[in-house]
Amino acid sequence: MLTLECPYCGVMADETELTAGGEAHLKRFGPGSSDEDFEAYLFERENPKGVHFERWRHSHGCGKWFHAARNTMTLEVYGTYPAQTSEPPVEIRNKISGIAPGWSWRLFK
Amino acid sequence: MSEPTSALNRAEFKGIAKVEETGLHGMITLRGDQSSAAIKKAVLSVAGTVMPEQREAIFSDTGGVVWMSPDELMLLCPYSEVEARVAALNEALAGTHALAVNVSDARTVFRVSGPAARDVLSKLTPADLSPEVFGPGQVRRSRLAQVSAAFWMEDDETFGLFCFRSVAQYAFDLLKVAAAEGSEVGYF
Repeated sequence: MLTLECPYCGVMADETELTAGGEAHLKRFGPGSSDEDFEAYLFERENPKGVHFERWRHSHGCGKWFHAARNTMTLEVYGTYPAQTSEPPVEIRNKISGIAPGWSWRLFK
Repeated sequence: MSEPTSALNRAEFKGIAKVEETGLHGMITLRGDQSSAAIKKAVLSVAGTVMPEQREAIFSDTGGVVWMSPDELMLLCPYSEVEARVAALNEALAGTHALAVNVSDARTVFRVSGPAARDVLSKLTPADLSPEVFGPGQVRRSRLAQVSAAFWMEDDETFGLFCFRSVAQYAFDLLKVAAAEGSEVGYF
């Protein structure tokens, strides 16, 4: 069972209290963008075996969206952080580097 | 003119814990920046309590303030006073970016009391209710089987709890099953 700390409530929230929101830090390509960019924005997603960044919502709790960094293979949770950021915070990236050296995810490593 | 009634009309159940629907309560959602002095002052003057910290629930003789999220509070008061309190809040918050709404009829309030109250709720929610983690003065918004609910402790053996009115019967049925005679767990 996955347990994530909600950065807004500060509680350890069970997976069943949360709603999964898919891949984090997507850049939106809307009207005026190229067909390739729009298609990639709509359909192309990471499916890593290892470090992954996701969006979650504390839907049975405070109702806020937040981000989680976790490992899809070991199920280790590296940390959670608020939604108001377009990239993983440096502390989280450093922490992952300490645990899983050589990791990469999209443009981040 | 018909009288307002609560969802379950003060239904009661007595098993290993006592489950009561506690009738009508005035409830006001207050959204805004909780660090703002104007909102702190409005809460103090209208609800009579200081601004709760994260996950804190503060009660006074005539009501209380429950922390719902970083930008949302629930103010509890007697049902008959709710309109006056919303008006007082709006007056106190004139010119401040905030929202106060009477949501008294949106939710149903229960009380679960007795020495086994922690066990009864723990059967239904994934939240950690051990005495070291959760006690009087705190509030937890979580899940009760399939529905959302918020609960707090009035004292060591009494929980206050609210859920949406539309699922009041479901929540009451859940609590009845969890509090059925002979279903003691004795974990806490």
